[in-house]
Amino acid sequence: MNDKFISLISGVIFGIGLVISGMTNPEKVIGFLSIAHNWDASLIFVMGGGILTAGPFFFLLKNKETSALGNQINLPKKQKLDSKTIIGVSLFGVGWGLVGLCPGPAIAAIATLDPIAFVFLISMAAGVLAKKNIVK
Amino acid sequence: MHNFTPVSALIGGVIIGLSVVLYFYSTGRLAGISGIFENAITSTSQKASNLLFLIGLVVGPVIIYYLIMPNKPIAFEITNSYLLIIPGGFLVGFGTRLGGGCTSGHGICGIGRLSVNSMIATSIFVATGVITVFILQQLGIYL
Repeated sequence: MNDKFISLISGVIFGIGLVISGMTNPEKVIGFLSIAHNWDASLIFVMGGGILTAGPFFFLLKNKETSALGNQINLPKKQKLDSKTIIGVSLFGVGWGLVGLCPGPAIAAIATLDPIAFVFLISMAAGVLAKKNIVK
Repeated sequence: MHNFTPVSALIGGVIIGLSVVLYFYSTGRLAGISGIFENAITSTSQKASNLLFLIGLVVGPVIIYYLIMPNKPIAFEITNSYLLIIPGGFLVGFGTRLGGGCTSGHGICGIGRLSVNSMIATSIFVATGVITVFILQQLGIYL
């Protein structure tokens, strides 16, 4: 049971959860963001299920310094919400609304073998690399 | 409500939550997909683990689409306009990294840890997503 194996299994479980939740279909996500017309609230239940499952464990494990595999736990520190974060998540929301894909479903979508999924993923990688090179 | 599927959404959400717990408990890292993606393509530390997580993210759907439900058509309805796909992908990549997380990192891990910043971040990206879809609907691009 090493880090690589757990990472793979966690990814497989996450991907299965995404498909069952319906969030691998961009149409469902657009339906959630479409509050004014035929609103589909399903995404709230996906996030709610995830938060209510993970939340109690985060609470129980919050004072642990090392993980079960012996890794140092480095959680993001509490800090003031800065303008970078606000601009970043605002831009993310615009991209999310344009297509209906966020990073998890964008990667899971490769399983559909739809060429559009590959183009989205390459564009997303370009965005990540641009941020890495432009903003320090 | 059109196409509302609360039960499968909740079950899927719980499974995603279990993945987050397994990953955090074992490795001590948060399962924020945009961060894992960035590390997989740019960083040298934990590169193999991050890549394997992403491979798993594809293998999970492959198991469902091709092994468990091979007769069910894959539900993947997406715009075919590259004028939306390319800027959309770019903004998702750029924005999540500038903003320090995405739907999983801020939305599930952050809110699960009761981070106020993540609650605000999630409210913001949902709001800008709603506004974007509203504008596209006014332009006749989405119904």
